[in-house]
Amino acid sequence: MNRLARMAVARRNPGRWHWTDIAAYAYLALGVVLMFGPVLWLGISSFKTQAGLLEFPPSLLPMSQKELRVEGHAQPLPLFEVTMEDGSKRVLAQVRRIGIQAQMVDPANPGQSIRVPIDKRTPVREFKLATENYTEPLERFAFMRFLWNSVFVTVVATLITLVINSMAAYALSIYEFRGKTAVMLMVIGTLMIPITIILVPVYLVITELGLVNSLWAVILPGAATPTGVFLLRQYMLTLPRDLIEAARMDKASEWQIYWRIVMPLAMPALAVLAIFSIMWRWNEFLWPLAVLTKTEAYTLQIGLNAFQGELQTQWHYLLAMTVVTLLPVALVFVFLQRFITTGIANTGMK
Amino acid sequence: MASDAPIPAAPSERVGAASLFAAPLAVLMRLIDWPMRVLQRLIGERRMAYVFLLPNLVFFSLFVFLPLIINFIFSVTGGAGLFPSERPYVGAQQYAYLFDCGSFLDPSSCREDHFWRGVSNTARFTVFQVTAMVLFSLLTAVVLNMKIKARGFFRAVYFFPVLLSPVVVALTWKWILQRDGLLNAAITSLGGERILFLVDPSWAMFWIVFVSIWAHMGFYTLILLAGLQAIPADLYEAAEMDATPRWRVFWRITLPLLWPNMIVVIVLALIRGVQTFDEVFVLTGGGPGTATLMVVHYIYETAFANQVQNFGLAAAASVVLGVVLFALTLAQLAASRRKGAA
Repeated sequence: MNRLARMAVARRNPGRWHWTDIAAYAYLALGVVLMFGPVLWLGISSFKTQAGLLEFPPSLLPMSQKELRVEGHAQPLPLFEVTMEDGSKRVLAQVRRIGIQAQMVDPANPGQSIRVPIDKRTPVREFKLATENYTEPLERFAFMRFLWNSVFVTVVATLITLVINSMAAYALSIYEFRGKTAVMLMVIGTLMIPITIILVPVYLVITELGLVNSLWAVILPGAATPTGVFLLRQYMLTLPRDLIEAARMDKASEWQIYWRIVMPLAMPALAVLAIFSIMWRWNEFLWPLAVLTKTEAYTLQIGLNAFQGELQTQWHYLLAMTVVTLLPVALVFVFLQRFITTGIANTGMK
Repeated sequence: MASDAPIPAAPSERVGAASLFAAPLAVLMRLIDWPMRVLQRLIGERRMAYVFLLPNLVFFSLFVFLPLIINFIFSVTGGAGLFPSERPYVGAQQYAYLFDCGSFLDPSSCREDHFWRGVSNTARFTVFQVTAMVLFSLLTAVVLNMKIKARGFFRAVYFFPVLLSPVVVALTWKWILQRDGLLNAAITSLGGERILFLVDPSWAMFWIVFVSIWAHMGFYTLILLAGLQAIPADLYEAAEMDATPRWRVFWRITLPLLWPNMIVVIVLALIRGVQTFDEVFVLTGGGPGTATLMVVHYIYETAFANQVQNFGLAAAASVVLGVVLFALTLAQLAASRRKGAA
């Protein structure tokens, strides 16, 4: 116990505690509650039954009323703890409610029915995870369809982004050619033009291409990312030139040099871009919202948003689907956290 | 933008997954080699650069540069048609309509009052959000830069919401803020009255600012933390030898040396703040009434969600938004140039 206490208060440099140290740990503790709390609450709530979600004040854990099969009754009956007239307490199953009276039976003696005023009974509750919140939407809504659409968009868009961005980065890092500065300026220029200000004309272009309500409408417009070109170019500039010259001596074509030499060497930078692209695509909202109007083409984010309009009172499904939507990102984060944070710190992009 | 700092090696899981995807791609790439070789023989080695640039430039032209031009065309034409050939030229009418106001400070005196509500809401949101964002991300970065235990864990705690999708963020908070939500349960258990957080205009504005800070603070904290870690340690050691009080060290050493990163954070937060849409749209839907209607929301509604789609007006509003963003980006470039000089 003593050792544990000493370990808990140990600091990197042993010495006197300054009040700022205490304030810092207090702030961090508050941060843990404030940042993790909401998501944790979402996770817990998603396992509550519909009735459990309507409770106020809400219970901390997913609880539901215990039910029991009683002889002579087709449905399982809810259990209550009843305070009898003589003050003793008994656990009874409720058959039906009649006004302010409840007709109950003793599970041990199902033949005899007992009448109890409803204010004398309290429900017997047990811890139970409502996993049906997760399984039912799969059957009842087009949830799997949305999930598939999101996966398709994310994977295909990321592959296209990696290939065309690395090609451009290769050209901009290895070659000297006329118009290089102009191209670089163009890339910088596109950095300044977010989709929010060209929503309508991009919609026109997509319409002209006949892609409205197709997943390609979501994939294509964001495939060429200026940030990706920059990131890859910066990395490719650090690759040794001798290697490329040697390959040219060996009569490798430029395409082979790009694909067989530069791409494998640029793997770390490609991985960073891949992670970012996956994140961007999985979470993208405004553009898919504008261009996808048919339910079959919805991505997970758009589907979830549509659900929250339709299922206003069905929070039990909505919460479970929200958890499913955040799960892939959470997994990516758990495994690649360090990698993502260094990526952002190095490039200032998100 | 990108620095020269080396990017750490990819963890092995990532490379494994990448090679799985790469297998069919590799076959494709080998097939492309033959026509590429022929092309190279025809145009020469150096001009192959253009070939490599081509796909990216086609995408940029189709989905960025061309739309930029069309946006202008849309904003000076009228009618309900989507195709420019169906749209009659109306000159600056769309802009005149947008800016037809009795007083610019009072949105209800404008003909297009929703646009001005959006402008006023976005301005208020951005001012509150950027101020609070800078303060809290600075505080968090300073705390995370102290000699604390489990720093990696705490950094992750503040950072993880950055990766959540706006819809997930909004729904998570909507669940907490709703009438019978966790927060109201806490308030009533302390003896207070339930508050309809998303129905009261001032509370709705407060919560969209709060939620957007919750969701994005980690990103700005990282930028500031990188700046803090770049401050040479011997400066602090010297200060410690002189027994300088901590607040003085902060004002005299930390803050001045962190200033370039602070400017980057301020300008980035401004640029993002002006474009706020996703979380607010899901959390409040612009409501109650138009209390949290943002400019981008207005553009989206005008062009896509309203009964009568008005592409011209939406395009004019996006041009206005684009001008504001352009000014902010210039400020960013100027700021990062100063950062380079410092």
